[in-house]
Amino acid sequence: MHEWALAEAVISTVSQIAEKEDLKEVAEVKIKVGELQQIELDILEFALSQLKTSKLKNVKFHIKTVKAELKCRVCGCKWIFRKEKINEEVAEAIHFIPEIAHTYIKCPKCGSPDFEIVKGRGIWLESVRGLR
Amino acid sequence: MGDPRIGIIEERLKGVNRIVAVSSGKGGVGKSLIASTLALTLARRGYEVGLFDLDFTSPSTHVILGVEGLQPREEKGIIPPQVYGLKYMSIVYYSGEYVSPLRGADVSNALIELLAITRWDNLDFLIVDMPPGISDATLDVIRLVKRIEFVVITTPSRLAFETVRKLISLLSELGIPIMGVIENMKMKESRFIQQQIEGRGIKFWGDIPFDTELEEAIGDVNKLLATQFSKKLGEIEKLKA
Repeated sequence: MHEWALAEAVISTVSQIAEKEDLKEVAEVKIKVGELQQIELDILEFALSQLKTSKLKNVKFHIKTVKAELKCRVCGCKWIFRKEKINEEVAEAIHFIPEIAHTYIKCPKCGSPDFEIVKGRGIWLESVRGLR
Repeated sequence: MGDPRIGIIEERLKGVNRIVAVSSGKGGVGKSLIASTLALTLARRGYEVGLFDLDFTSPSTHVILGVEGLQPREEKGIIPPQVYGLKYMSIVYYSGEYVSPLRGADVSNALIELLAITRWDNLDFLIVDMPPGISDATLDVIRLVKRIEFVVITTPSRLAFETVRKLISLLSELGIPIMGVIENMKMKESRFIQQQIEGRGIKFWGDIPFDTELEEAIGDVNKLLATQFSKKLGEIEKLKA
């Protein structure tokens, strides 16, 4: 239920943006979810729907998943994270803290743990639109 | 547009009365031992206390406390397990015995994640064991935790103090409260550190003699609290307030 905590973060941040932008109602929120964190979209969507405040009562959440692209800082090798290649315990650790990937995942070419998470790490707010 | 996790951090910490970073410019001055002992001492005095190990690449408080085989509970986030009366959070729940080689940006991201999802609920004190120096974790804690206060640890060594002096300068320039400075591992009488600290208008909390028995107490909380080190730390008047 880590998704619930992230949904709370989304709702809280969207509410802060709505306040700052003087929006009467929030109409659309676009969210990107990186595959490295393996967020369960059903749970995230359910939590978002349950946590909606009055300003968000008619909001549409658009959630787009992004493949997790990793790039080795030593040899430059680029690869895509695949959950199927790691065991359940490691997958869960990465789910809670995606940076734990550096503990368990190595560059497939040179074996270095020194890689960059180029994209697809975790949750990201893409845009918030509403009515003034 | 933005990282939604940052917007929830203050909410997560709203039930925490005081957030205290135990910090130093140098490694090896006893931050983790002081942070752990400080947390345990406050808990034994009846306060609700959390201990958060923020030294992600070199965590050690789990060794000091002798913590093994525990996992946080998942409930709309993560709830730190109770360890000797403390709510205790560390990256080792996830990294286990393996190394976590993290660059600065990764440290920041992991820190934001844990601040955004950890549910501390109500605490009198959250003691934060900081990594040494003035890099990402220190700057992020200052940026993200608005009510942070620092306890700064030095040793009598001028080498340690040279780095502590810079940490104090940074915190003072940014208007971050420094509760006090502790001089750890004192081996002979000298007022050099005290004079330097008080000369900067900062509270000198006292000194703790080098304790040759301390190493034997690592991993055993009762032994740790019976050491001269812990007794001396517990005598610091400011802790009693």
